[in-house]
Amino acid sequence: MADEMRLLLEHADKIDPRIAEDYIKVGGYKGLEKARQMDRKDLIQEVKSSGLRGRGGAGFNAGMKWSFVPPAPVKYVVCNLDEGEPGTYKDRIICEKNAQALLEGMAICGTAIESKQGYIYCRGEYPFVVELLNKAIQSAKAVGALGDFDIEVRMGAGAYVCGEETALIESIEGHRGEPRFKPPFPGVAGLWGVPTVVNNVETFAALPYILSNGAEWYASIGAPKYPGTKVLTLTGDANNTTYFEVPTNYMLRDVIYKLGGGIKNGKKFKAVQVGGTSGAFIPEQNLDTPIDFDSMGTIGAALGSGAVLVLDETRDIVDIVTRISKFFEHESCGKCNPCREGTFRCREIMEKINAGRATEADINNILLLARVMKKAALCGLGQAAPIPITSTIEHFGHEYRRKLLQYA
Amino acid sequence: MANYKDIINGLKDKQGGIIEAFHALQREYNYIPEEAIAEAAQVFGVSQAQAYGVATFYSYLSVEKRGKYIIRMCESAPCHVAGADEVIKAIEKHLGIKVGETTADGKFTLELTECVGQCQATPVITVNSEPVFNVSAAKVPEILSAYK
Repeated sequence: MADEMRLLLEHADKIDPRIAEDYIKVGGYKGLEKARQMDRKDLIQEVKSSGLRGRGGAGFNAGMKWSFVPPAPVKYVVCNLDEGEPGTYKDRIICEKNAQALLEGMAICGTAIESKQGYIYCRGEYPFVVELLNKAIQSAKAVGALGDFDIEVRMGAGAYVCGEETALIESIEGHRGEPRFKPPFPGVAGLWGVPTVVNNVETFAALPYILSNGAEWYASIGAPKYPGTKVLTLTGDANNTTYFEVPTNYMLRDVIYKLGGGIKNGKKFKAVQVGGTSGAFIPEQNLDTPIDFDSMGTIGAALGSGAVLVLDETRDIVDIVTRISKFFEHESCGKCNPCREGTFRCREIMEKINAGRATEADINNILLLARVMKKAALCGLGQAAPIPITSTIEHFGHEYRRKLLQYA
Repeated sequence: MANYKDIINGLKDKQGGIIEAFHALQREYNYIPEEAIAEAAQVFGVSQAQAYGVATFYSYLSVEKRGKYIIRMCESAPCHVAGADEVIKAIEKHLGIKVGETTADGKFTLELTECVGQCQATPVITVNSEPVFNVSAAKVPEILSAYK
């Protein structure tokens, strides 16, 4: 596919992700070999200067995160494979096409922070990925590729909030997946109270390529402040709804019109939601923006997980956002009041608007509630839950007002 | 059928492994029987209330009896815009049950789910976690007839 830049997915469908030897044949485990010969500090510095930033949505510099880990007798490396953000399946694709790169990346992190044990927390919707990963680990151990670094796969059970790193840790520990108060951050006190690095699948899987090709090389790909590639999943009303790996300076319009082949059935574009269900809805006039983390921020949106949901001109934005508000009510863990009550009220008001029973006062109320949730919710779930609502009131306010009582 | 005590005790050395034990129980029974929650609490050193709290927190775990085949209809935004509502109605009509119910013969349970990460071919349902792609209301009878 023209314009794609395949790094993590270069050998997709040409190698068996379960077989370590297949991966070694295409240059696999060279990065780990190099990492093991480096001084720990230099290794962390190398990752830092590559500019690699978290691919789970928060965009934090990976090397920087590792550098916060204090000395301790036991430390853990945890991989977040809980991708619950609706419209996202990039981590599944990375595992199904290149699982060994994930294992190698985790072992590189283990080398950097002196950890001997890794955990992969895989969402409960992917039992077949758990099976694949267990085979991949077995194969890597059998050829000695991982050395004394061990990896165990744990399976979640259908809770979106477990994508939040402290909730994920709670879940591995066998508890309800409720987020913890921060600080302390997991880097200092994480899994079973010891220093723990939690990174996303895509972040780990990029590490082998950074180590074998050099930080400078990686830093030169894509957007300077968010370098590298990003795997996107295109859904909704585009012609070619599939996954793509692109450099991070790739334009959003090109994702939809070049790679995505434009809008289905000759219809016109209405909106695109980037980053999953907690992302902002973006109107036509903002499509000429690169997909990288910071550029998305300048248009009030977020790259998030890299999900791209396209809506054509016939779609009812208010109805879709009402559906999204039900999602957050269902997925709120209930620990903090701003989110538990807030997501409930958001859904209630959205249903009222959608049913044509609301007035302008309801719109003002939901905007006020959104501000409270953004400021007061304990974790990202409650903070981000109102974004689809506020971004559509901003850019598609006429669709809301059309449904208000006085216009009925 | 494996004994629930054996299933739980087989995992007792796994630190924090109660969720793994619940998964193993569900693979055998499709739900977590009450006596198994008590046993798991004891084996993993938590109170029964805590074990029950875990079993009821996660939407893929169930403390109530379910059918042989658990159908989950994804209703997240990408499936929603692809027509998930019509598919739910068609499944309900075909099976004669509502969401959350089990057919009288104990064969099918119908549940709603959020995104199952198969958005390349929406709408998606899963049957015992196996995804079925590009489902339409018209295809529902044929799809379900494959499950004996």
